[in-house]
Amino acid sequence: MSAGVVIVGGGQAGFGVASTLRACGYDGPVTVFGSEPHLPYQRPPLSKKAHTGPDDLQVSLVPETFYRERDIDLRLDEEVVSLDRAARTVTARSGARVPYTHLVLATGARNRPLTVPGADLDGVHAVRSLDDALAVGRALATAGDVVVVGGGFIGLELARVALAGGARVTVVELADRLLGRALSPALEPRLRERHERFGVRFLTGTAVRALEGPGRVERVVTSAGVLPADLVVYGIGAAPREELARDAGLAVADGVLVDELLRSVSDPWISAVGDCARGPHPHAAGPVRLESVQNATDQGALVGRRIAGREPEPYASLPWFWSDQGDVKLQIAGLRAPSDEVRLTAGDSPERLAAYAFRDGLLVAVETLNWPAEHLAARRLLAHGTPVTAADLAGTTLGALARARRATEVRT
Amino acid sequence: MPTVIFRSPDGTAHQVTAASGTVLMQAALAHGVPGIVAECGGNASCATCHVYIDPAQTGPVGPPNDVEDEMLDFTAAERRPTSRLSCQIRLSDTLDGLVVHLPEEQV
Repeated sequence: MSAGVVIVGGGQAGFGVASTLRACGYDGPVTVFGSEPHLPYQRPPLSKKAHTGPDDLQVSLVPETFYRERDIDLRLDEEVVSLDRAARTVTARSGARVPYTHLVLATGARNRPLTVPGADLDGVHAVRSLDDALAVGRALATAGDVVVVGGGFIGLELARVALAGGARVTVVELADRLLGRALSPALEPRLRERHERFGVRFLTGTAVRALEGPGRVERVVTSAGVLPADLVVYGIGAAPREELARDAGLAVADGVLVDELLRSVSDPWISAVGDCARGPHPHAAGPVRLESVQNATDQGALVGRRIAGREPEPYASLPWFWSDQGDVKLQIAGLRAPSDEVRLTAGDSPERLAAYAFRDGLLVAVETLNWPAEHLAARRLLAHGTPVTAADLAGTTLGALARARRATEVRT
Repeated sequence: MPTVIFRSPDGTAHQVTAASGTVLMQAALAHGVPGIVAECGGNASCATCHVYIDPAQTGPVGPPNDVEDEMLDFTAAERRPTSRLSCQIRLSDTLDGLVVHLPEEQV
């Protein structure tokens, strides 16, 4: 069998590499290994509503015919277990060996496990895969008391899903505030207040000590008391799946270390993309690992273009994130550092808020609640490198600035 | 079941038939229509499923909602009077034969 591109991982990033290779005219063999039995799918919807059957989940990125028509060899339910860099082959669990000219690691991340006693009881779930989401969806149908462990994006999304299903919901978070470093301290109380208004109860600064029950979870023991629970869902962060890289001797450090072209710093014939990759970014002080659809999509496309023979481009896409939490739409454009100066501004209606982060006097990141137009304006301005100062934003919005700029562009 | 024709900027047509009630963006993705990115999966968050409704059919499709209307000011390709986000359009039998034009860029 002749060697071509082998992609390890059938998520958004791996899909992006494969589809871009073909879109750019690459005509060698393309093999994608996916460890799950499902066609590559979107993960964001999994934690944003209750899913009870595969029918209500239209999450496949593209139908099966897409791969067939483009001669992409999609091997599902098949995990790559070893990588031989000298021979340039990978070996799958089934024993299949596939040679490569270029290897792309798109292995993603896995949930950090809950390690307290009782974490293996029935009724305790994390949500990462389609199967996880279906299990939680079924459990939610009958759950009266739901305890969410972790006040991050996934935890807050699931809290509102459970609430919408009629459950009583308590979120337990070890830190003193929600969303850790992802959200500026200025905006956090406003987000929390909105969820509380709808009935979510928060226990921040609270540790989970144990889960208890006779086979099935019934109680959560915390540092602030015992909570009844029919269902426990946890989202306490994720770690990159980097064993394959590490075992093959590639440099890893909370992610496969890559250069600005997303090539492994140890082997130019291997690239890494998406949640499993850590590399330089013009908006960050040091190498970063980003867990987002935007990052997975853009990195997959960039590596696909390079391998297909296009002029190599350093990775520099503006990072952006979003999280739909019940009636709250949280969107983030850019990368805020803890030392940035943040200014909170109310929008033109009570539910709209923006937090503008400035570094050395210039806008670097924007967090918005229920204000998608302002988020898009932020992305346009930040991606184009348009300098925006606090003075520019006095008494106006980024939306107004971006519209004015567009009008200028059209005239000139 | 309504049929929709997606026209790429190069003139290529992609004909898609989907059940009534299907979201236009989902119908495009399910049939692998190139040019609909839909990075946010249909949550009116990203404006990467921008389409131009054929000028003869903007009536039955209807105007954008308020949030969508604001977002359309910041699409990658130019906004036109016929611009919509395809994640905000549900197909119905009255939209059978709909023609939508895909923009040059989405991101």
